[in-house]
Amino acid sequence: METLREHGDDAKVLAGGQSLLPALNMRLLRPGVLVDLNFTTGLDEVTEENGSLRIGALVRQAAAQRSALVRTSCPLLAESLPLVGHVVTRNRGTVCGSITHADSAAELPLALVALGGEVVTSRRTIPAAEFFVTHFTTTLDPDELVIATGWPRIQAGQGGAFEEFAVRHGDFALASAACVLHVEEGQVTEARLAVGSVTDRPELVDAGQLVGHAVDVEAARSIAATVAASIDPPPNLHGSPNYRRRLTEVLVERVVSRAWAAAS
Amino acid sequence: MNAIAVTVNGRSYSELVEPRLLLSDFLRHTLGLTGTHVGCEHGVCGACTVRLDGAAVRSCLLLAVQADGASIETVEGLAANGDLHPLQEAFRKHHALQCGFCTSGILMAAADLLENRDASPSREEIVDMLSGHLCRCTGYEPIVDAIADVAGTS
Repeated sequence: METLREHGDDAKVLAGGQSLLPALNMRLLRPGVLVDLNFTTGLDEVTEENGSLRIGALVRQAAAQRSALVRTSCPLLAESLPLVGHVVTRNRGTVCGSITHADSAAELPLALVALGGEVVTSRRTIPAAEFFVTHFTTTLDPDELVIATGWPRIQAGQGGAFEEFAVRHGDFALASAACVLHVEEGQVTEARLAVGSVTDRPELVDAGQLVGHAVDVEAARSIAATVAASIDPPPNLHGSPNYRRRLTEVLVERVVSRAWAAAS
Repeated sequence: MNAIAVTVNGRSYSELVEPRLLLSDFLRHTLGLTGTHVGCEHGVCGACTVRLDGAAVRSCLLLAVQADGASIETVEGLAANGDLHPLQEAFRKHHALQCGFCTSGILMAAADLLENRDASPSREEIVDMLSGHLCRCTGYEPIVDAIADVAGTS
């Protein structure tokens, strides 16, 4: 922490290194100092407390994927983990590192926002929806360290779903969506819906129209159309704005339908 | 310069390295173990994959100083006393390589898969693992066949 304080913006924290090292290799970043967390202890645990899973800063994506606690307590995270990079990069890459790197097309930030999780730092706890600012930018201060991320435990009557479309498995997605629904007596009582890749950060979208109703094909299509009309994705190598908007529409319809089925 | 001590393929090395030196360059240039190949240098191609304390990792995305105290296995460590590893035998049998550039990385990732994660993976799991390795020669099918053969799942 002292090194971070001393060097400020010139220092970078190194955990799994699966995003930072590529940036260094390509000379996109030239930090004067790297602070390697890998030799610290106590940051590599998945624990459950107060209805939330706490994933320490050094928990590898592969370890989280293997964790029985993650599978049973946070199925949405379990569903998104196999989509992160490749087997070998997940052996090294960390859950918290992917969150902190804040790539707008990354899976774990989107899952954290959809679930309403939080980021625990060396000085405060930040709700996921307030953590991400824009591409590769968060509300962290230069000398602030992410200690853990908090993932709400799944409740009875809750169901979630995660979908993305990428050109190849392991590539960053052209569009992605995640949904968590709470269902009681055949009606949605709470709906959380978020989209990624097509915005500059994982973003919650208004899912209020789902509340108080059952979700049928019509309802899923209707909210998908609303969300698609509300976004303005930039073109990239693989798709025009219209293509990515249409892709988002399809993915939103799928996650809403699947979250409903999982919750009911 | 930083002093590091590592075990590579069972042999101990103590070396002085610059903090910025990549593990891949350390293996190839400092130790002369050129069986580990370097392709993209940003974690996409998989050619540089080695095993660090058993787990398959990209050696181009690790600094040599981070490996201090670790045990590393590279493709040179697979064959024991001149006998090819079962995976190497299967790759030969199924013609799972042509130019061989990607092969060392795939062998190390496959060894980790079979020894540490799933001794009898399905073809889908093998394909999923191979999605992290680029091969421009084989079309992948012979590689899947070779790994499935060793796993007994072909």
